[in-house]
Amino acid sequence: MSDVLNVRVWRGGEEGEYQSFQVPRRESQTVLDVVSHIQRHLDPSLAYRFACRVGMCGSCAMTVNGVARWTCRTHVSKVVKDGVLELAPLAHLPVVRDLVTDMSVFFDKWAKARGQFHPTATRKDPFARVKPDTPERKNADAGIECIGCGVCYASCDVVQWQPDYLGPAALNRAWTLQNDVRDGAQDERLRAVAGDAGCHACHTHLSCTERCPKQISPTAGIAGLKRAAMKAALKGEL
Amino acid sequence: MNTSNQVRLWAAQRLSAMVLGICVIVHLITIIYAVRSGLSADQILARTQGNVAWFAFYGIFVIAVSIHGPIGLRSVLSEWLGWRGRSADIFLLVLAVVLAWLGFRAVWGVYA
Repeated sequence: MSDVLNVRVWRGGEEGEYQSFQVPRRESQTVLDVVSHIQRHLDPSLAYRFACRVGMCGSCAMTVNGVARWTCRTHVSKVVKDGVLELAPLAHLPVVRDLVTDMSVFFDKWAKARGQFHPTATRKDPFARVKPDTPERKNADAGIECIGCGVCYASCDVVQWQPDYLGPAALNRAWTLQNDVRDGAQDERLRAVAGDAGCHACHTHLSCTERCPKQISPTAGIAGLKRAAMKAALKGEL
Repeated sequence: MNTSNQVRLWAAQRLSAMVLGICVIVHLITIIYAVRSGLSADQILARTQGNVAWFAFYGIFVIAVSIHGPIGLRSVLSEWLGWRGRSADIFLLVLAVVLAWLGFRAVWGVYA
């Protein structure tokens, strides 16, 4: 292990250039540690985003050597190439400055995919009992741990080619709600996520599934939505 | 195009793909058989002319191609050229009709 890491960091907005820094190499160093070192010791003007540092909040995702990753749980030793780290903001999102993207579009698409829970019970009703071994509950469980980091969105080719596409995270959210037996907006949600800008645009490239740091498979959820929407469309209920 | 029809197009694309999967295999086996057996054009025509089974098989093949090709091209036009909406759909409908016409002309040519 070399003592110094050569780090190239994107500086600027949509237009900009890479700036090089030399960062001391340490044991068990994460990519976020590297970025924090640069901001605290080398250039305080560097803009980046993080909060929890333990893989819960989903705010520190960046492009690391060309691949979207959560930086707080990515060890430098796993991703460094010939002693070089190249850090850029997430792809497919407008760049605010340096490593910070504007994630409004990403979350607006969650709302567009009817990502809100629509309760059917009131506070006077007893707690809903949802058995853990039902197929719906298992489907919901498989996708529920999403932290909204945007890694899947930045990795998706269809998002790049078709800016209206809702993207893997919003569709995964919709799929978990379609499998929530307490939810009352399932027909409306299916209409919102079907069609050319929704689940049917997915080409099953599986980049989202490959890159998801929480090992979720949005592709599987999208396939479920495709099947559900197709059944509804063929019955004339969509 | 409304969402329901977009989903129906997607379903038609998948179903036609299943039909094409079978048709292409049969077609390839037929080509290999004809070439390896050294069949002449006259011998091939003798087998296809008036044969309702071959007419039906290649008729279904042509229909599946006419459905599958334009729907697939619809995504390519949208994603690579940004051509979407009514004008693209009309172009693809015309393409589907042209494919069907050319295909059935060929099928009729070896049947009649």
